[in-house]
Amino acid sequence: MLKNFVMPDLYPAAPELFLVAMACAILLADAFAGASRRWLAPVLTMLTLIGCALITYATFDGTATLTFANMFVDDPLSDFLKLLLYVAIIVVLVYGRDYLAARNLDKGEYYLLLLFATLGMMVMISAYNFLTMYLGLELLSLSLYAMVAIDRDSPRATEAAMKYFVLGALASGLLLYGMSMIYGATGTLELGRVAQTIHEGTTNRTILVFGLVFLVAGVAFKLGVVPFHMWIPDVYHGAPTAVTLLISSAPKLAAFAMALRLLVSGLFGLAEHWQSMLMLMAVLSIGIGNLAAIAQTNIKRMLGYSAISHMGFMLLALMSGVAGAEVDPMALINAYSSALYYIISYVLMSLGAFGMVLLLSRGGYEADNLEDFKGLNKRSPWFALMMAILMFSMAGIPFFVGFFAKFSVLLAAVAAGHVAVVVLAVIFSLIGAYYYLRVVKLMYFDDPVDAASIRAGLDMRLLISLNGLAVALFGLFPDSLMMLCTATLVRSL
Amino acid sequence: MDLKTIIFYVFAALLIFAALRVITARNPVHAALYLVLAFFNAGGLWLTLQAEFLAITLVMVYVGAVMVLFLFVIMMLDIDIKRLRQGFWRNMPLAATLGVLMVAEMALVLSTDYFGPVAFPGTKMGADYSNTRELGRLLFTDYVYPFELASIILLVAIIAAVVLTLRRRKDVKHLDPVQQVAVKHSDRLRVLQMPAEKEGE
Repeated sequence: MLKNFVMPDLYPAAPELFLVAMACAILLADAFAGASRRWLAPVLTMLTLIGCALITYATFDGTATLTFANMFVDDPLSDFLKLLLYVAIIVVLVYGRDYLAARNLDKGEYYLLLLFATLGMMVMISAYNFLTMYLGLELLSLSLYAMVAIDRDSPRATEAAMKYFVLGALASGLLLYGMSMIYGATGTLELGRVAQTIHEGTTNRTILVFGLVFLVAGVAFKLGVVPFHMWIPDVYHGAPTAVTLLISSAPKLAAFAMALRLLVSGLFGLAEHWQSMLMLMAVLSIGIGNLAAIAQTNIKRMLGYSAISHMGFMLLALMSGVAGAEVDPMALINAYSSALYYIISYVLMSLGAFGMVLLLSRGGYEADNLEDFKGLNKRSPWFALMMAILMFSMAGIPFFVGFFAKFSVLLAAVAAGHVAVVVLAVIFSLIGAYYYLRVVKLMYFDDPVDAASIRAGLDMRLLISLNGLAVALFGLFPDSLMMLCTATLVRSL
Repeated sequence: MDLKTIIFYVFAALLIFAALRVITARNPVHAALYLVLAFFNAGGLWLTLQAEFLAITLVMVYVGAVMVLFLFVIMMLDIDIKRLRQGFWRNMPLAATLGVLMVAEMALVLSTDYFGPVAFPGTKMGADYSNTRELGRLLFTDYVYPFELASIILLVAIIAAVVLTLRRRKDVKHLDPVQQVAVKHSDRLRVLQMPAEKEGE
């Protein structure tokens, strides 16, 4: 019956398999552990992530391997992004622990959903087929919807989860519709073969472009760029801050991988079409994100709008890969590695900023208003300095990592000949600097509203300091990370 | 007209009759039972197309699970059929227009070159061919990765449903049989040593 069956190579997918096995083990362990052993789930989750990182590192071989009937790809890009993903999730675990414990949300299910969300992101990062990409996305989204609503007695969290769920389902529908159109035109779901079929030029381009519009809309929703950004402020605001920290960081890495694989690995033949769509969305995101953030009084909402503008910058880099008719490999790699660099620096800054919000909240009290940052310098000069570094970096002030990220993106865009777009982006960034610097002003020049000292575990203090210093150090020495990004992409694309 | 055609017409006629009765039956339980009949006939039609897996799944999932649940719900609820039928004729024109539109759309799609009998002439397979086995082979070999991912998504749905709805309520008085059985006499009776307030009465 199974004469021609060849066992798929499981070696490239070892981290995913390990994570699934551990998640099932944690599910059972937590169910039988009882209330006295609640520490079991977080500790096992941490060990699982460390184990995944070790496996990913050990199985790294610098070449692209396809397995599971060409549905799964293991290349340097996926290994690199997965390692960053584990780091982000570990940081999320450490930052969120006290906050969740104070609100009685640190149930075993939280850690399980976190692990399954991680699995979803890993699947997205390694997807080489429309089907697995969609399934990874759904795995991630479903876990996130439940995590947003995990504080079920909070009406705001429930409302946010409901909005996220309905809009997310709509976006998944758009994405699937686009995928089905492209499948109809090319007759395959595999990204490599889609690219080949488009390259041969025998397919109906009208149907392809029609599908592409829906595909780009779906990806744009997941990245949260204008005009598909409406969910971002409400979900960032409504979700428990520990979950906001997760939503704002790791999924952006996965969404970046999804955008890169879909648009560059799969639909590169349609670059002239998707570039103009991305350009429009990038300019609108940078504009609306920065302008709307000025009006916010809640820091979670403000960082939400700032996320929109940051994703706009990332799109700006993605659309700068091809200039004109001929494809210049150097410019291509430059543009995509600046996009990768941007997304990494954004994740680093976003983790730090939401980590600071978590650091200031205590007990049942949420420190999510700008007011709460007033006079932080008097309460804790060290953490005020960390927050100032993060805000300077987000604003794109020189010699922090955010500056080099913006700079390399703008260079790539100028090289591709989009000077007008670059000018617009710079103007809006300058406007945006206002609301980042306002936080710094509140911390250093205003008197504190409450003078309570900052209480946090040693691990959190250490990690948040490390996070802030990393933002400063990568800003002083940006070359090593940039070279790593370039090398990864050269060996993957 | 061969036997297969006759069987097709019998199933199709019964299907249309049952479907009509679903929307015209006065008693909701009858309507649900007619829907069961409609599913059985649709399953029969699939069998004549050699799609036995779809036929089995339709009967198992829809008749065996969904409709039984449906019947339970209908029997639990006290449905006022008169209220439900209010406005039937007022909404009729809209419903009829939508129905006609859908039929027209399906006719258009099926008459193009992409779909319809021309594009899919239907392949005749031998008697030893089982599409259940073929589907199983594909799902557990080439598509094993997405198949397992789909199962993990279902697991996440279960976990999410539990975490969002399971509530151990403290304000409800209930007895825990385990504690009841394990009770000792010392739990029921407490002997207190109290100093006497007043000597000899």
